[in-house]
Amino acid sequence: MDDAELLQRLRGGDEGAFTELVRRYHPALVRLARYYVGSDASAEDVAQETWIAVMRGVDRFEGRSSFKTWLLHICANRARTIGVRESRTIPVAVDDAGPTVLAQRFDQAGVWRDPPVPFTEGVDSRLDDQELLATVRTAIIGLGEPQRTVVTLRDVQGLSTEEVAQLTGLSEGNVRVVLHRGRAKVRDAVETAMREATT
Amino acid sequence: MRLLPPPLVCRQAVELMSDYVDGGLSRRDRHRLERHLANCDACTEYLAQLRATIAASGRVELEDLSPEVLDGLVDLYRLFRADEETP
Repeated sequence: MDDAELLQRLRGGDEGAFTELVRRYHPALVRLARYYVGSDASAEDVAQETWIAVMRGVDRFEGRSSFKTWLLHICANRARTIGVRESRTIPVAVDDAGPTVLAQRFDQAGVWRDPPVPFTEGVDSRLDDQELLATVRTAIIGLGEPQRTVVTLRDVQGLSTEEVAQLTGLSEGNVRVVLHRGRAKVRDAVETAMREATT
Repeated sequence: MRLLPPPLVCRQAVELMSDYVDGGLSRRDRHRLERHLANCDACTEYLAQLRATIAASGRVELEDLSPEVLDGLVDLYRLFRADEETP
């Protein structure tokens, strides 16, 4: 069942629809809130308040954006307010020093000395799908901020660069830089897993 | 006569790939990258890996929802509904 249908049911007071939406989005809300606030407990509170706002506001939601976008915006706004109250510094500093791929993998002319271990054709045989997803998951969770939030919103949640910029308070240019670096690290992790599976 | 931009080396090519996947490169950079990819198997593989990684990211479940948290929120919803229905 898609979000629009669940939303329709929620308007009619369907508890099952509420439960399904919570299942779908609560972890993403906690994660987004954690970007702004100082503790897991505080992030959990923000996510809970977001659901209360949804219960109260669902009849007024006009559907000009998707439900997911609306939900994440409520959460980001709330979390930002709490973050300011906690005097928390948001990790906006973009680490763009140095190359994305380790310099020693290229020769002096900038050509691959240690080319990527081919894995796109070998995923089926060497790394099964569950292992691939587990590797990607661990790599994303292991990213520093703001990479983790940016990669999560863009590639896991599938939001646009513009939406990610709005939700994180980063410029679109910074989102692209952060995304580029985060994705490169996740790819590195998959390559490393492939190397280990081969040897 | 317009000069062609200098060709990319691999080290530069990888830095453009994330924007390339998202359709965010200028025409000039896109052409430079595509010209490089046409002659470089290693960078073509890198790009394919980046795409595969992004596709896999879209299928990842980052966190499980604990039953306690879910129950707590459903209880909250019931309270809200009960409150709504009280005249």
